[in-house]
Amino acid sequence: MIGALATLLGFQLAGEVIAFGLHLPIPGPVLGMAMLLGYLAVDAGAAARLRDTSAGVLKHLSLLFVPAGVGIMQHAGRIGAEWLPITVALAASSVLSIAATAATIAWFKRRLDAQDADAAQ
Amino acid sequence: MPTPLSEIWVYLAAQPLLGLTLTLVAYQVAQAIHRRARYSPLANPVAIAVAMLVTLLTLTHTSYRTYFEGAQFVHFMLGPATVALAMPLYDQRRTLQRLLWPLLVALGVGVATALVSVVVIARLLGASRETILSLAPKSVTAPVAMGISEKIGGYPSLTAVVVVLTGIFGAIVAKPVLDALRLRDVVARGFAIGVAAHGIGTARAFQVSEEMGAFAGLAMGLSALLTALVAPALVPPLVGWMGVR
Repeated sequence: MIGALATLLGFQLAGEVIAFGLHLPIPGPVLGMAMLLGYLAVDAGAAARLRDTSAGVLKHLSLLFVPAGVGIMQHAGRIGAEWLPITVALAASSVLSIAATAATIAWFKRRLDAQDADAAQ
Repeated sequence: MPTPLSEIWVYLAAQPLLGLTLTLVAYQVAQAIHRRARYSPLANPVAIAVAMLVTLLTLTHTSYRTYFEGAQFVHFMLGPATVALAMPLYDQRRTLQRLLWPLLVALGVGVATALVSVVVIARLLGASRETILSLAPKSVTAPVAMGISEKIGGYPSLTAVVVVLTGIFGAIVAKPVLDALRLRDVVARGFAIGVAAHGIGTARAFQVSEEMGAFAGLAMGLSALLTALVAPALVPPLVGWMGVR
């Protein structure tokens, strides 16, 4: 478990160093994730070693957002004054992006499935 | 004579132990409520835990800064958790290869929709410039969104809050919205939740299935990447064009 945690932190650290050093706009942890994915593709044994720890971390992903959420108390004034644009914009924009994203994939998948069906005939 | 409770609180509040313990306990209680509500998305554990903590901190006159001294250890884990998303992605590599282009196009559509619609709607309803800029990266995972917000001139700490609100809202509405549009494909559903509602949506998707969670996680990572690349070039000009000063 310690080894797996060190691996995750190591990839995050490498991501942060590269992103900062090369002035990339990509966040360090996201770059770390991409590099770990590349590493797993060449060393399949690493997947077995990391599996339990990463499953454990991801199982409680929601918990990690609690401290940032409590920050709402710092912004009570602004949120109180602008609650209408904030809530309506968040809600409407979320619904729109969920619908647009899913509809795009569904459209492509229907075409792919139709191609597969044609190829099978 | 024993020390009065209020003095014990003052003593404990001065160290990280209290904020950390309170966060974990509040989350445990929120999880129990979520279970009792038979995992209804309405009983979102993040929302319940945040509400309990804000109430407690307000009643005890404890500042957010003091609380965060301890809670930062939990907050810190967002980084390694983002890296850990490589695992479920690795497990879905076959589907990922087959659907690479559709997913990338959907990513572009989803990220553009999220960025442009939130800016336009907030502007039309009269939000201030700082609020609009803080709202823009709302669909992206917290640490990345805070970085984007800082770069474009928003308030990173306000962004952190709207990110969590967006995640909670997205996790709640994803199912009814996708059901109403008759979009039943697991990959499409997972990916859409990840694009719109980052880690909180991803946590919700993992409750439905490993596969849905994996694609939500993929979407969360990719949208963080794409939003970080395009938001600084897109949002300030859009806000300027809409005549906000």
